[in-house]
Amino acid sequence: MRRLARLWLRRVPWLPRPVRIALALACAAGSLAVVALDASRAPAQAPRPGPAPAAGTRIDPGLVPEGRALFVDGCSSCHGFDARGIPGVGPSLFDVPPGNADFYLRTGRMPLDYQRDEPERGRPAYGAREISALVSYVASLGPPGARIPRADPARGELGEGFDLFTEHCAGCHQVVGQGGLTIGARVPDLQSSEPTDIAEAVRMGPYLMPAFPESQISQSQLDSIARYVLYTRDPQDAGGWGLGHIGPIPEGMVAWLLAGSALLLVARLIGERTTS
Amino acid sequence: MIARAVRYLDERVGTSPAIKKALRYVFPDHWSFLLGEIALYAFVVLVGTGVFLTFWYEPSTAHVTYHGQYEPLQGLSMSKAYESVVDISFAVPAGLLIRQTHHWAADVFVVAIVLHLVRVFFTGAFRKPRDVNYYVGVTMLALAVLEGYLGYSMVDDLLSGMGLAIGYSVAMSLPVVGGPLAFLLWGGEYPGASSFLTRLLVVHVLIIPVALGLLIAVHLATIVRQHHSQFPGPGRTERNTVGTPLWPGYALRSIGLLLAVASVLVLLGGLIQINPIWEWGPYATFQSTNGAQPDWYLGWLIGALRLMPPWELHFGDVTLIPATFWGGALFPLAVFAFLYSWPALERRLTGDRRRHDLLERPRDNPVRTAVGAAFATWVFVAFVAGSTDRVFVQLGIAYTGQVWFWRVFGWIAPFAIFWLVKRVCEELKRTEAHPLRGWSGAIAELGRGGDSAGYTAVEQSRESPGSRVGRRGDPPPPPGA
Repeated sequence: MRRLARLWLRRVPWLPRPVRIALALACAAGSLAVVALDASRAPAQAPRPGPAPAAGTRIDPGLVPEGRALFVDGCSSCHGFDARGIPGVGPSLFDVPPGNADFYLRTGRMPLDYQRDEPERGRPAYGAREISALVSYVASLGPPGARIPRADPARGELGEGFDLFTEHCAGCHQVVGQGGLTIGARVPDLQSSEPTDIAEAVRMGPYLMPAFPESQISQSQLDSIARYVLYTRDPQDAGGWGLGHIGPIPEGMVAWLLAGSALLLVARLIGERTTS
Repeated sequence: MIARAVRYLDERVGTSPAIKKALRYVFPDHWSFLLGEIALYAFVVLVGTGVFLTFWYEPSTAHVTYHGQYEPLQGLSMSKAYESVVDISFAVPAGLLIRQTHHWAADVFVVAIVLHLVRVFFTGAFRKPRDVNYYVGVTMLALAVLEGYLGYSMVDDLLSGMGLAIGYSVAMSLPVVGGPLAFLLWGGEYPGASSFLTRLLVVHVLIIPVALGLLIAVHLATIVRQHHSQFPGPGRTERNTVGTPLWPGYALRSIGLLLAVASVLVLLGGLIQINPIWEWGPYATFQSTNGAQPDWYLGWLIGALRLMPPWELHFGDVTLIPATFWGGALFPLAVFAFLYSWPALERRLTGDRRRHDLLERPRDNPVRTAVGAAFATWVFVAFVAGSTDRVFVQLGIAYTGQVWFWRVFGWIAPFAIFWLVKRVCEELKRTEAHPLRGWSGAIAELGRGGDSAGYTAVEQSRESPGSRVGRRGDPPPPPGA
């Protein structure tokens, strides 16, 4: 290959060197384009996600004492020792659905470092058993029988999920779930959201997000949305490198920095300077 | 065979003097003179790929239900226009490659025009007698930007719908005429009449491309008529052109550039995704996506819309000028007004009304270079401000903080840049230093040919063979001269 290139560039005197370089580039471009085209022709089959993983958090009345101890230790400075809240600091946790507590704890959004911060996804401060204990404690403060919302992507329809996501979610979370900007908050991307996170967030409406009760988004629609959100992690891509799926900004960078500088280089090589 | 063809033509229409003249047309040597050619060849690629796309695109707003190859769109309701572009991407052989190449070519087309404009501006190539051709070029820049906007708006995906909504608001914001104008263009209230996509199509594939083609012809014909300008150097005067003749030197070089431009564009089209409309989904007026952005060449307008405070001018209960006017209409008008008026402005400021065929280096005219740099900074700040939302999401820098920073910076930076560039140019002019080249400034001695024949080949060791000095208006040399 290298010998061929050297032969082409050095030993073909009847064509000017710039033309030889350009021809070689054109050949490379053509063959790569054929390869890319072949790749883009890959069967249009989105992988169907498997069944939702077994729910990590369980509500167990036997864990309530342990949960209360953890609560007093880690949460009471804002929510109060009796979980009735502290005015101006933290809300009461009475009658809060357990899914809310599970969402905030499991995604590492609680406890907050500073109470004015926007809760953002991070490393969970507690292990799975401790979260179960804390959620059980919060559940014990509300009506009995409350359950954590779930979504089963395997039962959802991808097309319906795309449609519903565009209508309800894309305005803030971006249509491929890459997150964005809204007044007063950074909208998180959904690339690491699990089905249960999605279900809990949809039902609860954490921070600035509105809540969507069953009357607005049914359980089967929720399954579809979860399926679409999981799909956006690895969408059925075509046409090459996806540039992060956030639209024209990286495209403009490619046009200027990659194509622009490549063509400037070609112009510099081809157009000689007779003054130097 | 070529000889026979030429003889056939020559014996019947007598083309050989014209061909001989064309083949001996002299192109001055400098790499920066190729930037406009890059734009030209990107336009060639645009026309080629665009013709292919028109075979498959359907400008119809009729609603259909998708049953194609792309799974997430299965069963979704969409316009026929959007469906046809999804089908170009997934069902038409080589469709995606051609579509992406077309879009990349559009992005690179405007990049090349801007680079060419920068070269022309900072070397003073727009001065008399080339000011008219400069106006033609600036017009083509405006048309290219509009053409690109129409192109990605025809697709009727989520991003294009949001972009058209902004375009509609900007049209509406024009004082007095705005409302009727927007109704006229869209054929009614947003999203417009069902014929709106047809209007976009006609303008995008017929009116603007033909206008661009004609303007390119005028642009090139004017160059041939006036000859290229060139940088000063030994043997180069206001009255001649030193460089490489079209044949055999320059034509091959230019063909090489054509191939290189086409290669880069096809490579991008095959390897890097652009505008994945299947991921944005079809558009409906009640839908939106966070972080929607225009293509890069409209980024400066979205930035200006963001930077301008929501000032409105009311008369009684009539809103004479809505807030979108300042960033969306007044700003681009100001930018193009500057570009159009600069040649006349410079003539008036300097009092220099002479003809100029020799270029100036940026340092030779510190004030012009400083004004241009300050102007570019002003526009560039607005351009950068167009990505504030993504900067916030990606880097966590507060959005309102950014907006206020750019608002202030956008007015301070041009003055600072003006002062800085002027100083640097004056210093470089004084010392004749070449910090980027590591070169002392000594110019290679070029041999001088005899001046008696009127048209003489210049022989020298350092220059490429075949370089010639020609005098404008002189007859072509006798064969074998």
